[in-house]
Amino acid sequence: MVVLKTEGLTKEYRTGFWRTRVRVLHDLNLAVHQGEVFGYLGPNGAGKTTTLKLLMGLIYPTAGRASILGRDVQDVAVKAQVGFLPENPYFYDYLTGREFLHFYGQLFGIPYRDRRQRIEELLQAVGLSKAAELQLRKYSKGMLQRIGLAQALINDPQVIVLDEPTSGLDPVGRKEVRDLILDLKRRGKSIFFSTHIVPDVEMICDRVGIIVAGRLVRVGTLEELLGSEVEGIEITASGFDEAVGSQIAQWSVRPPVQHGDTVFFAVRTEKEASQVMEFLLGRGASVHAVHPKRRTLEDLFLQEVAKT
Amino acid sequence: MVCYLMSKISAITLNTFKEAVRDRILYAILAFAIAMIGSTFILATIGVGSGPKIIRDIGLGFISIFGTLIAVFIGIGLVHKEIDRRTIYTIVSKPIHRFQFILGKYLGLILTLFVNVTIMTWALMGLIFIGEGFWDFRLLAASGMILLELMVVTGIAVLFSAFSTPALSAIFTLSFFAIGRLLDDLRLFGEHYAGPVGRAVIRTFYYLLPNLGRFNVSAEVVHGVPLGEVVSGMTILYGSLYVVALLALTSLIFQNRDFR
Repeated sequence: MVVLKTEGLTKEYRTGFWRTRVRVLHDLNLAVHQGEVFGYLGPNGAGKTTTLKLLMGLIYPTAGRASILGRDVQDVAVKAQVGFLPENPYFYDYLTGREFLHFYGQLFGIPYRDRRQRIEELLQAVGLSKAAELQLRKYSKGMLQRIGLAQALINDPQVIVLDEPTSGLDPVGRKEVRDLILDLKRRGKSIFFSTHIVPDVEMICDRVGIIVAGRLVRVGTLEELLGSEVEGIEITASGFDEAVGSQIAQWSVRPPVQHGDTVFFAVRTEKEASQVMEFLLGRGASVHAVHPKRRTLEDLFLQEVAKT
Repeated sequence: MVCYLMSKISAITLNTFKEAVRDRILYAILAFAIAMIGSTFILATIGVGSGPKIIRDIGLGFISIFGTLIAVFIGIGLVHKEIDRRTIYTIVSKPIHRFQFILGKYLGLILTLFVNVTIMTWALMGLIFIGEGFWDFRLLAASGMILLELMVVTGIAVLFSAFSTPALSAIFTLSFFAIGRLLDDLRLFGEHYAGPVGRAVIRTFYYLLPNLGRFNVSAEVVHGVPLGEVVSGMTILYGSLYVVALLALTSLIFQNRDFR
């Protein structure tokens, strides 16, 4: 079941003195399915935030439409089923963490008793129970991101839209956010999140869309995008003389990299790898590692960005 | 349904009120205002025989001035700040209509003004009580009309705040305030000295712009005019309709804007 859909979604802004039209999003067609984590990957300025703003009804499309759970995103009622965390959020810093969550709970019309219980659960889930009475101006960036996530989940939404949720966090904070997203997925939620951090997408996403310069250039599962083909074999070896070294340089598909006594190089096929290993071992060299190199999402991402 | 809509508006109203009362600047303005009201006591000693009138007249003047300062300087940032700091993103993405947001923000500032005007009025009444030995409750009628004027001024500030920068909003709002206060004089001037075109222009402005002079009943209150004549139902209706029109226009502008 499709929970989030865009059809021909296009956005133009008017800028400058002459109000020139600048198209920042081109004919976006996208679908997110029930229970999946969809990573919306793109470099800075690619149109990720514009897409998310269109989905949240913060800006209006120039053409096309977007729907969530089968209803147009401009329909206020649909927002009761949606959770949203904006990029680098600024919150009402004069409120305490608990007051902040109560405020957003009220905007969903959640009765006080239910709200109180839900807030305790969320504070626990994001690890802010002890900071609940602190004003947000005293929160660190990581804490703000976590309380932001809590407000996005206050209504126990079916669809969760997160704009760069791991951006600016330290490795521990990033892992916590990833774990939280996976936990939401386990509970049957559908998550659409934008990022420019490739490893985050590789680690938790079921499907990926790559947006570059306002156009969706790729979309699919990691397997569909990257395939399972081996692009080459990487070998790490040491303990050989200069003559063997120059032979390696001829075989390697890229210039070998040397660290001390150890050399890293790559050959094209498994057959070539077997021949090289036999050659090296026959000359008394040590082979430390041999592993197939598959195309990574980062390779694909950089390749798509380079095309523009 | 109305209850459901109102609960969301009241959440924003209370949040706006909390923001204002947790800002130290408001306390500084209020303390200064009360100090100025207190200073009328000194002025009253200079005015031979007319001391009580001076205290009331200047005291109400200070309530109006400081109320206007709060209305303008909080009002101009009321919506703009939410957009500038991007807090609006987490509000508009919730199941809330944009007009509810505008209404909630507006009422939050009106609540702030109500509390401030009430404190200042009671401070003035307390001062009179010390000097004259009785509570002059007629001042409540005058401050009620000041509050109504402030509601219109806040409506203007919020309107500009929905599409303009705070600096421009301040200039526009203060200009409207000044013109609004002088509108009757302006019309009188037009009727006597302007040509037919000038008269038509001035008359258009007269009916279009808020006639804030209507809310200024301090002189009548000070000089003992009966309250029934001072507080007119038509003036209250005029102020209320003007506020509704301003909020409707603000909501319309806000409804159609992109939050980039």
